[in-house]
Amino acid sequence: MARRIHQPTNTIAKTPTGIAGLDEITEGGLPKGRSTLICGTPGVGKTLFGLEFILRGAMDFKEPGVIISFEERPEDLETNMASLGFDLKKLQKSGAIVIDHVHVERSEYEETGEYDLEGLFIRLNHAIDTIGATRVMLDTIENLFAGLTNEGILRAELRRLFGWLKSKGVTTVITAEKGEGTLTRQGLEEYVSDCVILLDHRVINQLSTRRLRVIKYRGSIHGTNEYPFLIDEDGISVLPITSLQLNNEVSSQRVSSGVQALDVMLGKKGFFRGSSILVSGTAGTGKTSLAATFANASCKRRERCLYFAFEESPQQIIRNMRSIGMDLQAHVDAGLLQFHASRPTLYGLEMHLVSIHKKIKTFKPKTVILDPITNLITAGLLSEVKSILVRLIDFLQAEGITVLFTALNLNNMFNEQTDEGVSSLVDAWITIRDIEIDGERNRGLYIIKSRGMKHSNQIRELVITDEGVNLEDVYLGPDGILTGSARIAHQLAEQSIKRTNKATNGKNK
Amino acid sequence: MVKISKEVLAEKWELWLYIAGNTPKSLLALANLKRYCEQYLQNRYSLEIIDLLIKPQLAAGDQILAIPTLVRKMPVPIRKIIGDLSNEEKVLVGLNLRPLK
Repeated sequence: MARRIHQPTNTIAKTPTGIAGLDEITEGGLPKGRSTLICGTPGVGKTLFGLEFILRGAMDFKEPGVIISFEERPEDLETNMASLGFDLKKLQKSGAIVIDHVHVERSEYEETGEYDLEGLFIRLNHAIDTIGATRVMLDTIENLFAGLTNEGILRAELRRLFGWLKSKGVTTVITAEKGEGTLTRQGLEEYVSDCVILLDHRVINQLSTRRLRVIKYRGSIHGTNEYPFLIDEDGISVLPITSLQLNNEVSSQRVSSGVQALDVMLGKKGFFRGSSILVSGTAGTGKTSLAATFANASCKRRERCLYFAFEESPQQIIRNMRSIGMDLQAHVDAGLLQFHASRPTLYGLEMHLVSIHKKIKTFKPKTVILDPITNLITAGLLSEVKSILVRLIDFLQAEGITVLFTALNLNNMFNEQTDEGVSSLVDAWITIRDIEIDGERNRGLYIIKSRGMKHSNQIRELVITDEGVNLEDVYLGPDGILTGSARIAHQLAEQSIKRTNKATNGKNK
Repeated sequence: MVKISKEVLAEKWELWLYIAGNTPKSLLALANLKRYCEQYLQNRYSLEIIDLLIKPQLAAGDQILAIPTLVRKMPVPIRKIIGDLSNEEKVLVGLNLRPLK
């Protein structure tokens, strides 16, 4: 990520996790040589979190790691992680990691008299020393409580274990199940007090979103917000809520909208590069056509464009645009244009944002289209949509990417002036409206605002022809605004008047 | 003396005691164990003492967690008793030397 990781000199040493986004929230990673507690409800991704810490450490940072699994057997872990592209077998063979499965089953033990957990210490020590590990994961150590009855001994031994791990100098991740009203069921937070990260899985409006929060980080500043995170085929990625400092670099370069007449309206040159553009309008006014024209123009400049479609499938868009003389397929084949179609209700808004982020990161486009943002409302509340868009615009501007949103005016539901409330955030706002005159419905386009440039205040008629989108001057005559056939009739009348005038002038000469 | 079933009498016993150094707990466990063996398994048992400080790699095999741990390797099934073996009653039940009263 382009954002600079700010690290004051006198903070504690940190171990990078390699988990996308997390190292930024924690300003460098987990506390080095100390223990971090990962707590959360079942199925939230605690084990994966810990495993990724170990595996990324082994693969990307050359830090061998030990996995002590109290729950899953090594074979199960291998299978689970293979689906995420990690080859645990190979890593074990090459000595990058060691997996030790500690099986605790109460029925297999008889307890009599005093004992300690020296056996666990020896196993851990042996594993660490074998490969010279600097990272350790204990997943889920609370299982010991189910296996051993003497809680007094267990607690004393756990305290000793965490102390011992610290003196051993390994960076440890401990996973624990969230308890009722407490962070962990067995109160492990009492022992592990350097860093506590809470993972959460919430379902709002039947859409679930995973969230991460750094509850505590002793001796370091950290982001305190809840950050959504995504588990996909690349593992975990956390989305930092980008700072809204409004200090992004701006470009004075201009990019064409793809419609010449529209560029003329926009101070003759088009939009600013890296700006955000909103195209709003009622249904069927040609918003998608305008967006596709913009995408087409971007591709023609040999600049990559990423098109997020929330309504139509890519094939549908390509077919429809072919009917107005645009060959988007050629750009797709050339690798300049990429479509991502997903239903807004596929997952929560935060997840949309995370996935948009990821796709932008990998494709590195110059232009991004979101068509339409209105549909996102079905996935969240209006205020949430706004907060998402603010963050998205902020992120795109920081990357210098030009973004075009389309939005449907839902006149009955919202005040037109506040389309998802983004109007105040976007740099340029174009609206397309139906003009109904003489039994015809025509499209009138005008620019509501366009920051930092002289722009036309006139309404133009948006015409969609076989050759694409174009703008025609509307006629402002004594009869009012003329559009469609009335305009054409007026044009013809004017032309014939001109001709007659010419003819008469010629005669007079 | 406690009655011992015929099967138990006929079998050969193999016991492993896992310890970690000569700690008081380990020594106590060993002393207790020797006493029970002499009393109930005279001439029918072999006792192996494994010090994990010397052979740490053996801990994983028998899933050793607590120290001291007594493992009954033979007769099968394997049974484990953790602790200093100070409760004779529990040890005998645990080793299945005597059915639960």
